[in-house]
Amino acid sequence: MSVITNGKITDIQELKSVAKRIRIKILHMLTQSGSGHTGGSLSAADVAVGIYFSKMKFNPQNPTWEERDRFIMSKGHAAPLLYAIMAEAGYFPEETLDQLRKVESPLQGHPCCRKLPGIEVSTGSLGQGLSVANGMALGLRLDNNPARIFCIMGDGEIQEGQIWEAAMTAAHYKIDNLCAVVDNNELQIDGAVEDVMGIEPVHDKWAAFGWHVIDIDGHDMEEIVRALDEAEKVKGKPTVIIAKTTKGKGVSFFEDKAEYHGVAPSHEEFDKAVKEINNE
Amino acid sequence: MSETAQVTEEHIQGSQKKPKATRDAYGETLLELGRKRSDVVALDADLSCSTKTGKFAKEFPDRFFNMGIAEQDMVGTAAGLALSGKIPFASTFAVFETGRAWDQIRLVVCYSNTNVKLVATHGGITVGEDGASHQALEDIALMRALPNMTVIVPADAAETASVINTIVDYKGPVYVRLGRAKVPYVMPEDYQFKLGKAFVFHIGKDANIVAAGITVDMAKKAAGILSQEGIDTGVVNMSTIKPLDEETLLRVAESSKIIVTAEEHSIIGGLGGAVCEFVSEHCPVPVKRIGTLDTFGCSGNPDALLNLHGITVGNIVDTIKASLKK
Ligand SMILES: Cc1ncc(C[n+]2csc(CCOP(=O)(O)OP(=O)(O)O)c2C)c(N)n1
Ligand SMILES: [Mg+2]
Repeated sequence: MSVITNGKITDIQELKSVAKRIRIKILHMLTQSGSGHTGGSLSAADVAVGIYFSKMKFNPQNPTWEERDRFIMSKGHAAPLLYAIMAEAGYFPEETLDQLRKVESPLQGHPCCRKLPGIEVSTGSLGQGLSVANGMALGLRLDNNPARIFCIMGDGEIQEGQIWEAAMTAAHYKIDNLCAVVDNNELQIDGAVEDVMGIEPVHDKWAAFGWHVIDIDGHDMEEIVRALDEAEKVKGKPTVIIAKTTKGKGVSFFEDKAEYHGVAPSHEEFDKAVKEINNE
Repeated sequence: MSETAQVTEEHIQGSQKKPKATRDAYGETLLELGRKRSDVVALDADLSCSTKTGKFAKEFPDRFFNMGIAEQDMVGTAAGLALSGKIPFASTFAVFETGRAWDQIRLVVCYSNTNVKLVATHGGITVGEDGASHQALEDIALMRALPNMTVIVPADAAETASVINTIVDYKGPVYVRLGRAKVPYVMPEDYQFKLGKAFVFHIGKDANIVAAGITVDMAKKAAGILSQEGIDTGVVNMSTIKPLDEETLLRVAESSKIIVTAEEHSIIGGLGGAVCEFVSEHCPVPVKRIGTLDTFGCSGNPDALLNLHGITVGNIVDTIKASLKK
């Protein structure tokens, strides 16, 4: 028998303070490793905290517990966010975060399911997570397993054709035990998403593909929790939450800057950033 | 440098010029080509800062197409541009270029024999910290298996420039594999790349090292060490991996007690594979392959990873000594 030792925080203030701790952990591990993806880890932090701590059932002591809800970080470069959450949830000791990107580390540059229990599938090549999420959801349905799947994608990532193949699949097979999120921070590596390869109108695209679409402010914890509740109630079709976010959120000098996509903070930047987050 | 020249200090010390990444040389050469030729166009998949096509993009925005994170679409579009008479250079990381878009490369580039230049960066293990998902260790195997494809792995920045200037005039599909990290200059000052022609630093009577890319530098250093110990060791830069320079390889094989191949790629299907396939049919000599084994890479700094996988001067030296003792 498994025990749910985490998840299900209902108090919004408490979720917000978890999110603060997660941001600091992200910055700590990136500073420590000297490389990695700052912007996209910070932008998705609030939504990921909402998913893990207000919604998901899981057991860090038993990562393969059959009834666990599953999470896929399709935008695998946000690995630091996922690791910070897993450390907070108790999957591994906090000190392990210092191993980010080091040789023989369970904390690979991009999530590796063979090296870290609790990671469902390896990601890092963009555009592949939603297909896997669909497959897991279909498998659970066949087994009458009530567990649900969550999948976070980047807004640049949805330029990949495979995302739209998966979008068709989810609607075609009426996959309603799946909740996808687009981290709509409007930036990718080469600049603004709309300049590189426009994806608008995002809402209408998903709707036209047969999805239930919820638009939220991806940094408003109340809206996040409400959207996750709504998604759970939608039957007969998949749900996608379009979370309007800010890349680098929480650290003024990283915010909205494409340059900080894949750059780790310096030690001085780290100190300044932590002060900002704590004073927020 | 003549083929019979002995290994000199220069071989061991290397050039005095500051190391430079092959991707940087690509960016500069592509820009120069753009200035000279209006039929050269470039495509990228949201990595123009890293692949260095960004330089071309800045000066020739009309001839640059950022396809977003959509490698399959990029390759298909490149084929279309080629069919409209352009010379497209399509770039992204080697994993995504060759892996994600393999069927597109197979059908509309190779099978259709379109004039597409696939120039990929971040090949091999020296990608480093990003880890296995971003380290192409199978790209040469994937590209080599395709009919009509030419596969080139330059050893340094100067050879890269020479390669890019050469392939623009060659009609047909080409795959060029470049690296992320800075690499020393290893080729002689007056060297010019010739498609399908290996460069022989020296043919050894005992052992010969066939290398490509970053391992050419290691091979030269290993040969220097071995020669000082009385083991006559040759070095060949097999920058064109396909079509293989069979004539040179035959001469090398005929002179060798052992051949060692060294590459920043899986020992399955890459340079080592190509050398074994040819040698076993035409002049069987023992071949030892150095490269990553049947495994994925992992995160870590590039030097640590090279050590971990035995892609080092030391391992080349040890492998040759051990093989000759038998
Ligand atoms: C298939 C593939 N192509 C290219 C990359 C390189 N890459 C890593 S992150 C990134 C940009 C991602 O942008 P977005 O999805 O918007 O993520 P975010 O803004 O949340 O960081 C790119 C192109 C990759 N990881 N996978
Ligand atoms: Mg984005």
